[in-house]
Amino acid sequence: MVSSSSFEASSTGGDTGLIVHAHDIHKSFGSLEVLKGVSLDVVRGEVVVLIGPSGSGKTTFLRCINHFEKPDSGAVHVNGHLIGSKLDRTGQRTEASARDVATQRAEIGFVFQHFNLFPNRTALENVMLGPIKVQKLSKEQARTLAMEQLEKVGLGNKADRYPAQLSGGQKQRVAIARSLAMNPALMLFDEPTSALDPEVIGEVLMVIRDLANEGMTMVIVSHEIGFAREVADRVAMFDDGQIVEIGTPQQLFDTPSQARTKSFLSKVL
Amino acid sequence: MLISTLQFDTSFFWHELFGPSNAFLGGLWRTVYISVIAQVLAVVIGLVVALARRSTLRIIRGVAGAYVWVLRGTPLLVQLVIVYDGLAATDIYRFQDVTVLGVTILASVQAAILTLALNESAYMSEIIRAGLAAVDVGQNEAALSVGMTPTQAMRYVVVPQAMRFVIPPLGNDFNAMMKSTSVLSVIGVPELFLITQEISSSTFHTFEIFMDAALYYLALTTIWAFIQTWLEARVDRSWGIERAQRSWWASIRERFQDPKTLGIGRRA
Ligand SMILES: Nc1ncnc2c1ncn2[C@@H]1O[C@H](COP(=O)(O)OP(=O)(O)OP(=O)(O)O)[C@@H](O)[C@H]1O
Ligand SMILES: [Mg+2]
Repeated sequence: MVSSSSFEASSTGGDTGLIVHAHDIHKSFGSLEVLKGVSLDVVRGEVVVLIGPSGSGKTTFLRCINHFEKPDSGAVHVNGHLIGSKLDRTGQRTEASARDVATQRAEIGFVFQHFNLFPNRTALENVMLGPIKVQKLSKEQARTLAMEQLEKVGLGNKADRYPAQLSGGQKQRVAIARSLAMNPALMLFDEPTSALDPEVIGEVLMVIRDLANEGMTMVIVSHEIGFAREVADRVAMFDDGQIVEIGTPQQLFDTPSQARTKSFLSKVL
Repeated sequence: MLISTLQFDTSFFWHELFGPSNAFLGGLWRTVYISVIAQVLAVVIGLVVALARRSTLRIIRGVAGAYVWVLRGTPLLVQLVIVYDGLAATDIYRFQDVTVLGVTILASVQAAILTLALNESAYMSEIIRAGLAAVDVGQNEAALSVGMTPTQAMRYVVVPQAMRFVIPPLGNDFNAMMKSTSVLSVIGVPELFLITQEISSSTFHTFEIFMDAALYYLALTTIWAFIQTWLEARVDRSWGIERAQRSWWASIRERFQDPKTLGIGRRA
């Protein structure tokens, strides 16, 4: 693909500032076409919130960004790397090996709706595992790094707790710390607060807000409109496998141009 | 005494129970170590087979499936005779006594360990497969999301968690394994059953000596039930899960009486 390879060339030469460059992503599950040509660029430090009705393809798009799903066509670049692909010695594009994909994923944090903490490891061990196994840090280095991350999400005093001994909000903060420990260039969040009790949603949003203020690049699927208005640089409205409208929170929430956006907002607001 | 009218030689019974002959102890010891080694090998082979059954390559899945089908679909007794006598009779392989570090391992014992391990590995692979399937897919994805390769995710995240689901049925299988060592007598392994038979035919105290043997088997399976209960509690603790305090006695009784956890009828 001409456009994506020129992007690759320019990004290796200098910093284009593009962290995500997704172009014309198509994805079907069997006969169900879930993504019908989605394109999205996210610049460094930008926060993009994805909204849209259930089944519109938000999760699937997020999963295409870190190659949990392989797009049927289209290309995703993250931080200059064409995801799921690599250049071989002769300069030909070939499919990336499992190890190459793993290396690409290491710089993309992913926060799940249901946390997916490792239940047989303490909070600290959850955060340490990636740095030890992937970055090959020593146990001591990993421990120091993990403690820093836990303190950052306000859970330094819960380091030795097991997931079963933490509240939902605390679990999600540990999960965020686990991603941050890999020093990612990009963080993806799939409805990080929708499995939480209302009283603990705030503590998780606070952590994400802090990340936004520090300049972390993030793509967040969320139905928290108030939160989106506050942290998002842009909001993208998904419907039926496409981005039907994208703009600043003010544009999208206050003066939506698409009927589908209006009707969706009237339901969630 | 009533018992003497039944011609039960009480003193012989107690004597062999509390001061068993060296032959009897040797048989008991062989039963224990053959079971333990075969079970350990079965877990290792079973893990490989379970992973093979999840392979993306159809041929590997097929071979692993056939392995399980054959080993579970034929009697252990038949497998034993094929491995020990059948292979020798056709000059394919003849087991020989070997001496390692001054310890002699009988040919029949080698064949017994190998066959028990292979047979049990088929059952273990199914248990491990169910254990792997019981681990939420989100665990694998979480591991991948921090940059682990699929192999690392399997090794450091999925397999350790599967063990929690594997230990209870594994324990029941091991209970069955210790009892099924008695069939090893057909290839002449001098384990508890064969030794008991020999003592029986040389002393004619059949009832007494087999009652002693039964009590020793019962002791083995009961000790194992304690170990299993301890192991399960330990794994739960390493997940930060505290079990409701139940008496040891209650948990052992449950282990032998709850139909779900009984290992009977599996191995004929
Ligand atoms: N692995 C899969 N196999 C088959 N169908 C799938 C798979 N993953 C998603 N789908 C289907 O694709 C469609 C889009 O799903 P997706 O999860 O991306 O939507 P979403 O916008 O995240 O919705 P929600 O708000 O409910 O999370 C749905 O109809 C879903 O059932
Ligand atoms: Mg979703």
